[in-house]
Amino acid sequence: MITIVDYGSGNIDAFVNIYKRLNIACEVAKSPEDILKAEKLVLPGVGAFDETMRILKNSGMIEALNKQVLENKVPVIGICVGMQILANRSDEGQLEGLGWINADVKKFDVSTITQKPHLPHMGWNTFQQEKESPILKELIPEKGFYFLHTYYFSCENQSDILTSTVYGKKYTSAVNNENIYGVQFHPEKSHSNGVQLLKNFANL
Amino acid sequence: MLRSRIIPCLLVHNKGLVKTVNFKNHKYVGDPINAVKIFNEKEVDELIVLDIDATVEKRGPNFQMIKNLATECRMPLCYGGGITSPEQAKQIIKLGAEKVALSAAAVENPELVKAIGDEVGVQSVVVVIDVKKKGLFNKYEVFTHNGKKATGLNPVEFAEKMEAIGVGEIVVNSIDQEGTMKGYDFKLFESIRNVITTPLTIMGGAGSADHIKSAIDKFGIIGAAAGSLFVFKGKYRAVLVQYLDKNQLFKQK
Repeated sequence: MITIVDYGSGNIDAFVNIYKRLNIACEVAKSPEDILKAEKLVLPGVGAFDETMRILKNSGMIEALNKQVLENKVPVIGICVGMQILANRSDEGQLEGLGWINADVKKFDVSTITQKPHLPHMGWNTFQQEKESPILKELIPEKGFYFLHTYYFSCENQSDILTSTVYGKKYTSAVNNENIYGVQFHPEKSHSNGVQLLKNFANL
Repeated sequence: MLRSRIIPCLLVHNKGLVKTVNFKNHKYVGDPINAVKIFNEKEVDELIVLDIDATVEKRGPNFQMIKNLATECRMPLCYGGGITSPEQAKQIIKLGAEKVALSAAAVENPELVKAIGDEVGVQSVVVVIDVKKKGLFNKYEVFTHNGKKATGLNPVEFAEKMEAIGVGEIVVNSIDQEGTMKGYDFKLFESIRNVITTPLTIMGGAGSADHIKSAIDKFGIIGAAAGSLFVFKGKYRAVLVQYLDKNQLFKQK
């Protein structure tokens, strides 16, 4: 069973639809009780860092999420801003992140980007696998994923880096520490690679 | 490496999809959801859907239609038409579109562009600039309301102004080329590419894979949008929803 966290940010239906088509059971969590029952958690996110943290706080679900993820080691995947809030902090805002992964979120340095356009990093880009993980099974790096972001995830520990992508310079496009996963791209909008990744997450 | 995007642009009119020529002569080309299903199968890079009735009819976006489209879409979706408030934009993003497009509203109320960026994030704000040549000297001018309303604005200056406010993408559409399938107006797009660093998507006139390829060769990383190319086949313009073979296109390069 996959539980998609509906705290008011991000596109819940796109995930529900993909899991429905894959015949994988999935439900939407709207309360701390729903979170505490979850076996696997998807944490979507769109928009700005502070706004996302604010509505997550207001949802009253953070405590339940901390308990499930940090104590019960329930697998969780953060998507886009849902990945960025796994970090300690972000250049984009003032609020603290969840701090589940020792990382900072930084703004791309445009001086490293030699072509036009500059920002946002938007469109289909490839990735390079940085460590072995079942979540990357059968993905095709050349087909890539769809990205839409201006800030990037910068890990303190190299061992947390799951995939990297080049935009100006190489940065972390997917992250993993134990049961915690995060992807900067949008698997729900990335055709077959995206569907495969969501399937791999379900099979962890 | 970041790739160029090849983007079908769908126009919604009277709840169906239409294709126009120079923003006129609406031809019905099918049902929006059906087209999205086909584009899913073809693994299209991205989709732009513009409700061309909303602004003219002075009404807001049709949220139910957007929800249906976004739920079906397995690629990024940019929706435009009738957006006049940050709340509407937020709702559209929440329904599952990645981007909201503004046209007339950006011209009439540039502060709205900023307000929407603050609400949904700058990266999700798209400004569509419809451009037509006007007067004795064929000067480029920004038009709104499906090409009926002249604004007196110079498209290059307007694009710079939008970039200064902060947007995630600028779509420039040549009304003179739109629907003709005769090729893009590179002169227009180049004048804008030269002055902005924001992602640029060009639209109006693409009629073949070669047109798309020449745009990518010329501009590097670009959004190449087209309507007719992806809904018509053959010289009699039989309706057929289709896409290009991306592998072929990028291999030739």
